[in-house]
Amino acid sequence: MNLRGITDNAGEWLRGSGPHSDVVISSRVRLARNLAGFPFVNRANRRQRFEVLEACREQVLSKRLAENTLWVDLADSPTIDRQLLVERHLISRDLAKRSADTPRAVAIAADETFAVMVNEEDHLRIQVLRSGMQLGDALAHIDRIDDLLEEKLDFSFSRRFGYLTACPTNVGTGIRVSVMMHLPALKLTGEIERVKRAARDMHLAVRGLFGEGSESLGDLFQVSNQTTLGKTEKEILEDFERTIIPQMIAYEHQARQALLRQREKQLDDKIWRAWALLTNARVIGTDEALSLLSHLRLGVHLDRITTTNIRTVNELFLLCQPAHLQRVMDQEMTPAARRIARADLLRTRLGARG
Amino acid sequence: MKYKCDKCDRPATYHAVEIVKGEKIEKHLCDECAAQDGMGLKSVHAPINQLLTNFVKATSGTEKPEGSASLDLACPDCGLKFAEFRDKSLLGCAGCYAAFEAPLSGLLERAHETGNHHIGKVPRRGGGASEQRQLQITRMRKRLNDAVEAEDYELAAQLRDDLSDLESDGAGASA
Ligand SMILES: [Zn+2]
Ligand SMILES: [Zn+2]
Repeated sequence: MNLRGITDNAGEWLRGSGPHSDVVISSRVRLARNLAGFPFVNRANRRQRFEVLEACREQVLSKRLAENTLWVDLADSPTIDRQLLVERHLISRDLAKRSADTPRAVAIAADETFAVMVNEEDHLRIQVLRSGMQLGDALAHIDRIDDLLEEKLDFSFSRRFGYLTACPTNVGTGIRVSVMMHLPALKLTGEIERVKRAARDMHLAVRGLFGEGSESLGDLFQVSNQTTLGKTEKEILEDFERTIIPQMIAYEHQARQALLRQREKQLDDKIWRAWALLTNARVIGTDEALSLLSHLRLGVHLDRITTTNIRTVNELFLLCQPAHLQRVMDQEMTPAARRIARADLLRTRLGARG
Repeated sequence: MKYKCDKCDRPATYHAVEIVKGEKIEKHLCDECAAQDGMGLKSVHAPINQLLTNFVKATSGTEKPEGSASLDLACPDCGLKFAEFRDKSLLGCAGCYAAFEAPLSGLLERAHETGNHHIGKVPRRGGGASEQRQLQITRMRKRLNDAVEAEDYELAAQLRDDLSDLESDGAGASA
């Protein structure tokens, strides 16, 4: 299997299925781990980083964590491949950007249900991804992977501080629980700001599709915990499952209903304008495409638009992005050429005539 | 903070922040202008503060002053100074946690809703026993690193063997 193999599919988190998938796009759990005996990545020399990489590679590949695991050495992979992995949320922007010869890699399950980054901020960043609201399942899966890796790898651990991480904000469980949500109605009504403020007061981070600085791209928001010490993994997860996410889903639903009751014409106008532009535009940028796709997605869920489906819309969220677009077109393109190709792709996939 | 409507002088009831091409644009509109603009709504939600009250725990006032003394602390294992950590917010190695335990604990409590002690998962190989072993491994890796840098390959080979013995010791039944 190679990278081309994975881009032909939509990727686990975009299947558009799973519980509450009208609001929750995906559930993600990540663990930070470091190997005992080595300095953390930021203070390790090149040889030490290489040794960490080798130790992890051996263990990850020998444990058969998935039926089919792809190991991508990021030090000698082309920029576009790294960008592709960022767009698919399989590696961080940070890991993609490191200088070319820094020893670093990612192991990816063929179905993209997990990824293990090596030599990011910590020696190991293990992540498990699920479509819709499936945090419990994700935690069980990542726990198994962690146990398997630990059979041969010695993780830095102290009784007082738990799993030791380069940044003390991750210490303890080393866990980050993230839920990616599509909140177009809260955005349209302006209430998203209040939700974000409330979330911050609860020690949660609210970021955009690609973290800081991508705040309202496609009305997609990632909510994640910041506290990792002094709570168990289960407690952290249960806060999300029982309280935080159900409440946010309820707010989004209330906002959708309120818009239908009080501003139905304006709402339909937004949805149908999005449809009109997406199926007629000849030149379109990423940001505009994502924001129109967001309204289209809402239109599909509210049964306004019936000529396409959620899976297609979810796929388009991904295929509109620069690296994916170039991979689909099978050529490198300038931003100007991409805007034309993007408009063509949207019209084709949404079944527009002409 | 009170805002006036961007389009007329009435008080604004609709607030939004949009990011357009990396620029933050704030919108403040009154009900009427918001309706014309498309979307504004009278508040319809159960108070979001409810979310809050379930969660916020009073933060303890246990901040420890980080005197200038701690800035000079250095980790014996990797040499990182506490002052450097303050600048980069990244620690250098596992040993830093012990070396900076005192100044770190106030910071950890603030970052983790007063949490200062791990109660989650413990590695199967046993958190307690392994701490000793980890220290041993750390020391040996350090000697190995020094040996390689000094190009003393004989010693390095010896240390590598010792290390792999030590590491497979801990593998237990699962190895
Ligand atoms: Zn006004
Ligand atoms: Zn250190």
